[in-house]
Amino acid sequence: MFVAPARPRYDSPMSERPIILAEGLRKSFGDVHALRGVDLAVAPGTVFGLLGPNGAGKTTAVRILTTLLHPDGGRAEVDGHDVVRDAEALRRVIGLAGQAAAVDPNLTGFENLEMVGRLYHLPVAEARRRSREVLERFGLADAADRPARTYSGGMRRRLDLGASLVGRPKVLFLDEPTTGLDPRSRIELWDVIRELVKDGTTLLLTTQYLEEADVLADRIAVVDLGAVIAEGTADELKAQIGGEVLEIRVSERSRVAEAAGAVLGLVPGGGKVDNNTGEVTLPVGGNGPAILTEAVRRLDAAGITLSDIALRRPTLDDVFLQLTGREVREVERAAPGRARRRRREVEP
Amino acid sequence: MSVETAGTALARPIADRIAWALRDGLVLTKRNLLRYVRIPTLLVFSTVQPVMFVLLFRYVFGGSITGLPPGARSYVNYLLPGIFVQTAIFGATQTGVGLAEDLASGIVDRFKSLPTSRSAVLAGRTTADLFRNLFVVLLMTLVGYLVGFRFQDGVVKAILGISLAVLVGFAFSWISAAIGLAIKSLEAVQAASFVWIFPITFASSAFVPLAGMPGWLQAWARNNPVTIWANTLRAFTLGGAYVASTGDSLLALILKSGAWIALILAVFVPVSIRVYRKT
Ligand SMILES: Nc1ncnc2c1ncn2[C@@H]1O[C@H](COP(=O)(O)OP(=O)(O)OP(=O)(O)O)[C@@H](O)[C@H]1O
Ligand SMILES: [Mg+2]
Repeated sequence: MFVAPARPRYDSPMSERPIILAEGLRKSFGDVHALRGVDLAVAPGTVFGLLGPNGAGKTTAVRILTTLLHPDGGRAEVDGHDVVRDAEALRRVIGLAGQAAAVDPNLTGFENLEMVGRLYHLPVAEARRRSREVLERFGLADAADRPARTYSGGMRRRLDLGASLVGRPKVLFLDEPTTGLDPRSRIELWDVIRELVKDGTTLLLTTQYLEEADVLADRIAVVDLGAVIAEGTADELKAQIGGEVLEIRVSERSRVAEAAGAVLGLVPGGGKVDNNTGEVTLPVGGNGPAILTEAVRRLDAAGITLSDIALRRPTLDDVFLQLTGREVREVERAAPGRARRRRREVEP
Repeated sequence: MSVETAGTALARPIADRIAWALRDGLVLTKRNLLRYVRIPTLLVFSTVQPVMFVLLFRYVFGGSITGLPPGARSYVNYLLPGIFVQTAIFGATQTGVGLAEDLASGIVDRFKSLPTSRSAVLAGRTTADLFRNLFVVLLMTLVGYLVGFRFQDGVVKAILGISLAVLVGFAFSWISAAIGLAIKSLEAVQAASFVWIFPITFASSAFVPLAGMPGWLQAWARNNPVTIWANTLRAFTLGGAYVASTGDSLLALILKSGAWIALILAVFVPVSIRVYRKT
């Protein structure tokens, strides 16, 4: 069961009081309803993923939880501090790396971190010690004394992440930490993040990639159009989608229907047929290899040739399709203004 | 450590908060000044324009300006105090530009998510701009000395004069901060600055004596605080004969100048902080 709870679940698997708690958060910008009643509950020491397409409201939720924005309605607290009433105390226990890398290009990596440490009100020596430590940990020690403007995008992103750690926050917020990174840097950053939560930091991260939420998060909330539409562990979500997906592309478009007829019976729920691309997609759950073999056998028997056949892991598109009956792309078309503020290109 | 201190820090007394605000302000002042150390060309560009003003006014208009007050002896001695004030005010527009830049880059979000004093981000910027202005005004003094300007009433008065110019710049930095934070867009901030800065600096006694202006303009210029500041600065640089000609005592001039600065700060410090909190 992972359907969005109507109310936060104090009585649910969470044994302790949630360290991040949001109840009915609402926020509008003019007539754009960025959040329409978001409930979240994150247990201490866990990693929580906020997964959603462009314009879903992820950044807005993070900005409210980190006191940068006031909600129009609802309430939220972090480590017992209300985001509006106890904003000042709240800021002492959090770290934030926003969607845009917020480092000063004219300062060196070291100076950037030292400044943030000082602004957390650490003594000079302590701020310097931690800055060096963080630079070491993020593989930036060699570049420590170079102005950040000479850093590559990935280095700047790591420095930004490092800056959010200098204060050793109890609760860390990372807004799309890996967007804009190449696959290798992304995987490196995943390692750093996993390392970091080992020592008990609670992490809320937003992402557009199911895979990323899968790798990093203990629990995931899928956000769409300003509301949580599903919540659960990665496995629960994938079970809902049906685990892996079998994709078959038929060489001759005219025979797509015939091919679909041959294979759709293999899974209980049926699949999706696209006559334009000649693609048949089946959610195959955990039986991928067996169903793949059987599908090939049947299609072969029917004399249908394929240009491609593959098992793939479900993507955000699949989760989305499953949960909303819409493609992610349609969301943007339906609400053209909503993707306006997006800052980076989305990788396929 | 941030976690352990969190509880006790909740009940921080006022004195402590002020101490932290000052410390945060210093940290951010250093950050903003490092920008000029790292990109020295920024500083060069902010001096080119005032140097050009000194040279143009000195040599283009210098010969045709009459009715100089006593003590001025030559136009360059009349001009330089005006240039100091004008340079400081123009320099202050950079405060808004810098803040708009910080907003756009996202670094303001970081500052706001930290337990840093709210006013420190603005104070750090205006203070850094004060130092930059000091540098530029000192450079103007040097340029002035090269083209014939002289302080005529001793070192102490010279220091007071330069301090006045820098304080005026500081007050205008807060106006500029409010505008920069409210408008946000870099180019718009830059363009907007000149709309209000030109009339108040030029329609004053900063460059020429009021006597040559038409009556309606004189009425405005006489009450323009830029005139009061420029005249007070002249009182410091030109000496007693000049002061006597203004019909005011030196003390009265200082008080009027100070009152205008205090008024601007009293209005625009809280306004800027309010606008900052809301962005
Ligand atoms: N300051 C603002 N003014 C106007 N509209 C805004 C503002 N901030 C967000 N929005 C709108 O609110 C909606 C949610 O935006 P938000 O940035 O929270 O989405 P997101 O899930 O973070 O998207 P992305 O993946 O693109 O970062 C969008 O339609 C966006 O255009
Ligand atoms: Mg976002």
